[in-house]
Amino acid sequence: MTRTELTIAGVGGQGSILAGTVLGSAAVTYDGKYAVQTQAYSSELRGGYAATWVVVSDEPVVFPRVTRPDILMAQAQDSINRFSHTLKPDGILIVDSDMVPTPPDNIGHIFRIPATSIARNRLKAPVTANIIMLGALCRVRRVVSREALEKAIVDAVSKEQEQLNLDAFNLGFEAVREPMD
Amino acid sequence: MGRGKKIMTGTHFMMGNLACAEGAIAAGCEFVSGYPITPASEVVNRLAKRLPEVGGIFLQTEDEIAAICSAIGASWAGQKALTATSGPGISLMQENIGFAVATETPLVIVDVQRLGPSTGAPSVGLAGDMVQVARGSHGDYQIVALCPESPQEMFDLTVRAFHLAEKYRVPVFLLADAFVGHMREQVIIPEEKQLEIESRKIPKGGNDPMDRQDFLSVDVAPMPVFGRGFKAHVTSSCHDEHGMRNLSDPEVMHRYISRPIDKILNHRDDIIQVEADYSGASIVLVSYGTVGRSARAAAHLAQAQGLRTGNVRLITCWPFPDREIRQVAESVDFIVVLENNRGQLYPYIKAEAAHACRIELLGPETLGQIHDPEYILARIREMIK
Amino acid sequence: MSVSAHPFRRYMRNHVTRTTTCPGCGNGIITQAILRAIDELGLDMDDFIFVSGIGCSAWIPSPLFAADTLHTTHGRPIAFATGIKLCLPEKNILVASGDGDLAAIGGNHLIHAARRNIDMTVVLVNNGIYGMTGGQTAPTTPRGLTTITSPHGTLEHTFDICAMVAAAGASYVTRWTTYHPRQMTRSIKKAIVKKGFALVEAISQCPVQFGRAAKLGKAVDMLKHFKENSIRIDKARNLDEEALKGKIVVGEFVDIEKAELASEWARLKQEVMEV
Repeated sequence: MTRTELTIAGVGGQGSILAGTVLGSAAVTYDGKYAVQTQAYSSELRGGYAATWVVVSDEPVVFPRVTRPDILMAQAQDSINRFSHTLKPDGILIVDSDMVPTPPDNIGHIFRIPATSIARNRLKAPVTANIIMLGALCRVRRVVSREALEKAIVDAVSKEQEQLNLDAFNLGFEAVREPMD
Repeated sequence: MGRGKKIMTGTHFMMGNLACAEGAIAAGCEFVSGYPITPASEVVNRLAKRLPEVGGIFLQTEDEIAAICSAIGASWAGQKALTATSGPGISLMQENIGFAVATETPLVIVDVQRLGPSTGAPSVGLAGDMVQVARGSHGDYQIVALCPESPQEMFDLTVRAFHLAEKYRVPVFLLADAFVGHMREQVIIPEEKQLEIESRKIPKGGNDPMDRQDFLSVDVAPMPVFGRGFKAHVTSSCHDEHGMRNLSDPEVMHRYISRPIDKILNHRDDIIQVEADYSGASIVLVSYGTVGRSARAAAHLAQAQGLRTGNVRLITCWPFPDREIRQVAESVDFIVVLENNRGQLYPYIKAEAAHACRIELLGPETLGQIHDPEYILARIREMIK
Repeated sequence: MSVSAHPFRRYMRNHVTRTTTCPGCGNGIITQAILRAIDELGLDMDDFIFVSGIGCSAWIPSPLFAADTLHTTHGRPIAFATGIKLCLPEKNILVASGDGDLAAIGGNHLIHAARRNIDMTVVLVNNGIYGMTGGQTAPTTPRGLTTITSPHGTLEHTFDICAMVAAAGASYVTRWTTYHPRQMTRSIKKAIVKKGFALVEAISQCPVQFGRAAKLGKAVDMLKHFKENSIRIDKARNLDEEALKGKIVVGEFVDIEKAELASEWARLKQEVMEV
């Protein structure tokens, strides 16, 4: 049984929960896998913490909580402080290096993606950092297929924002030099 | 936008609260009232958009009291009605939950439970309303409450809640929590013809309630809904079979209390659903709601390590599945009750089991987070040492 | 001996032969005003759903009226009525209940139903006291009056319900006393016909509780008091606070046309479904 546990975290407004929804939706809708997504957020809708947990599996997910994630995708330093200790010893940490200046050095595998600067400078759309991170995740570890993720992105955004987000996804994908598999 | 589809048949990656909303639409609900509250708001947010598309109405009320009252009014006006809230809202609704019980009003009440007491932690799930939904209104009564463990069951059990509410003319709770309410997972919405929804019986005619039995039948009296010339008399004061107030006859008072209780208890086999998987087991984990998933995962782990462990999940928590628990207790050595609280159903389970087997309560390592299966296993090993 | 029934007996349930009101209560006058309004409008009892709460005046329609009657919990009839009206928009909804029920415990629903301007007629029977429970102070009790729960006289100011409902946005707001049955009947007729939220505040005598507390004597004395102390709104407008002290201002306070909630819902549903 393959069961991959992910934590995606940031501050409110960065779209961490949406990134998790796209991932889970891609797994269930287009890859024929099973996925469960849970979430937590602070009362303030912008600026507080936001986190989502996704379990992706080839079989129905019995226990839906993520306790020891295989992958932590961190969009803010706060996310590291809150969640990096939960990561499995050989787990993967993907950080937005613009927002996480000092990631921990005792992590198995770390990928630094300047998602915010790519979003700002190359796409002129800071809100796409979450999709750039998702592109990076796709390259780092194929939890869900690229095709499925791209379809799920199209489902999740408006028609006008479609190409922008697919470009963001691709830039994130390309930003990873040495994928793991 | 166009006319919305009544039933979104297909496979979705859907949030539990939205699956609940879609379940209501699929069941033919056309009136929903509610007041914003975390973690239940998504249910009414979705219905506010969806209901007008299918010819229904959503009313955002001034408080939860008005929410349940207007839903009861809508039900008497002949509609399938729902209101959705969380624990603080249930506390406010309690008096009129009793009204719905006393007037035998079909109604679905969604309680997406959150961590309490009081304001507590709004976006964290805790099964803290297990007893208040069944015993929170004054007087003596029985209630029906269903506990989903997944977004799929948020859909399925919402449909079933309407089915039971209409069939038995009772308020029915969907007793979810923040965890499953905000959880996204695969939800398969079937074709309309595959859904089992019975609609309420209506009297065949007559314009005088004195010629009919409108209330207090254990076999469920047809409901004289308003606006059709039935001249129904509806009161939550002690009343007779015609709905007429009677505060002098002890026999009428006895029937006023007993008949609605017996209406539920006499049909308990049809109402109660329990998921049981414990053949050959000596230890059984009894749970309900989202904790059921922890229990199932823990049982798998335990079995892999040679512990003969089974599972019983209460899908219907009220009426309380007393016989089902007794049956389990009489065939195993040890029952571990798993609840995401400090033991709300435990006394009820213990009352049915303690004569036949050992029984212990096990809360989660951190209240508000469902049990880690490995934690359950470790604690069971300590208990049986 | 031939017995001739009252012409309005046909609007009452056959088996109900007595009411629960005390001798001298104003409920009878208000009951007659409601039934006469329906009769004069040529409406059928099956065109109505009657909703009431808890308190003496909640017994006006229930169980007396031969119609669909819903007797609700204390303070909530307007909230129940809102759900009924939205699901049965073609029916007339008439709420009859007291000042304690509608303006104290249920005040919030009164405010918001007026704000929504949902089509219903609310006959709010104001006797200035909690009668059924034994004569306690109400929000409508005149300031300074000694009651069971204000043995040294009430310290609180008196609620002007009509002003509050008018401010909340109702289409029709009127006040009469039980000394004015004809005017009250006319206003109830207008309220029923009015497409919107309509309040008829009926100042009523409770000789048993209020009459005793205020030392106003028996029912007839109280009616005489209403007669002598009522002042029409058009006259009251020219008087200062001092001159209005102890007076009951009667008449129509609001009579306007504005968008009504149940009709707005019918329009919205059609629009959304036809797009």
